[in-house]
Amino acid sequence: MIALADRVTTPKAAWVTVAIGLPAWFALYSLNEPFWAWALGGATATSWGAALQFFCYDSIKVLLLLAGIIFLVAIVRSFTSVERTRALLGGKRAGVGNVLAACLGVVTPFCSCSAVPAFIGFVAAGVPLGVTMSFLIASPLINEIAIALLLGLFGVGPTLLYVGSGLIIASVAGYVIGALKLERFVEPFVYETKLRGKPRDPNAHLTWPDRVAIGLDEVQSIVGKTWPYLLAGIALGAVIHGWAPADFFATVAGRDNPFAVLIAVALGVPLYSNAAGILPVVEALHDKGLPMGTLLAFMMSVVALSLPEMIILRRVLKPRLIATFVGVTAVGIVATGYLFNAIL
Amino acid sequence: MEILVLGSGCANCHTLEERTAAALARLGWEASIGHVREPDEIASYGVMRTPGLVVDGDVVVAGRVPTVEALVALLEGVRG
Repeated sequence: MIALADRVTTPKAAWVTVAIGLPAWFALYSLNEPFWAWALGGATATSWGAALQFFCYDSIKVLLLLAGIIFLVAIVRSFTSVERTRALLGGKRAGVGNVLAACLGVVTPFCSCSAVPAFIGFVAAGVPLGVTMSFLIASPLINEIAIALLLGLFGVGPTLLYVGSGLIIASVAGYVIGALKLERFVEPFVYETKLRGKPRDPNAHLTWPDRVAIGLDEVQSIVGKTWPYLLAGIALGAVIHGWAPADFFATVAGRDNPFAVLIAVALGVPLYSNAAGILPVVEALHDKGLPMGTLLAFMMSVVALSLPEMIILRRVLKPRLIATFVGVTAVGIVATGYLFNAIL
Repeated sequence: MEILVLGSGCANCHTLEERTAAALARLGWEASIGHVREPDEIASYGVMRTPGLVVDGDVVVAGRVPTVEALVALLEGVRG
């Protein structure tokens, strides 16, 4: 397969792509709703029609938002790097260091397959364990896919709420892990790793056309990877939307059930999906009357804590430390869920 | 020329390997491409974001997958 970015190698090609892509994006986004209302017409009064409209409209809206936000985030991220982040975090004390690490976790380009080399790189370079954990918690918890979908499905308020509470959870959980002094539960080879030579900053010396090409490449690779999850999630959402009895979920996990948040998090930790698969389901459940706090807690536990990530991290962390990491983060998520249910 | 791809086996690492092979083919050069999968070894190269590309012991790419054109230029630059 030829990568999109392979065709954008000259500065002129980069700007032409942006000049055509930007208006096309806005046109598609604004035509999406009127088009499906017109195409499906009166059929939306039936269960099948309503589900079909929900599926078509949501799929296109969410895919457009995903592409747009991934592009913007990739451009912003081309100005940062894990190497620069580590240099900023070295020598920072707990507290300030944790907050900074959580914020940098959001904007630093990072994927879960790099979790282990990044962990070794941070700790071997002298970044405190708790500060490193703040970074590792924030990075998957607050990602561009989650932000794009929250903006599209719930609007600005819930998005800011999610990002803000995610930052607080990552800062506090990392601080607690640091205060517990669990360094002896890190595999010893981590501290023995010698870093050869100077770390490379992959994003130094980039031009604007390079950044546009990186953005397009990111859009292609992330949308290419997430669309099956997204469509499955939207299809499940459409089923809940069209057929689930109106009060079923509200009775099981509604505001009156004091254990709802706990159950949501207990269900979410072993579940493994990305934000693209889980958010359309969350939207449908929200329409069925589930409170926002319970739903945000469910989503956070799905994206931030997962079995595959634990298995990857087992290479550098002993089980005690992994258990503490899961426990502290889960407690933070549960507390956030109850807090939002109480104040919203 | 000795080429190593650093990465624990994620999709990006395979793409980097494919594009490096394509760049070598375009240049008409013969070189073997090795793979480093152990995370501590990857980290010891100073690479914290996979995939990485090491040519003759030097890290030339870390944390992203350059285009075939960019890799051609990179490899030519290494040979001088």
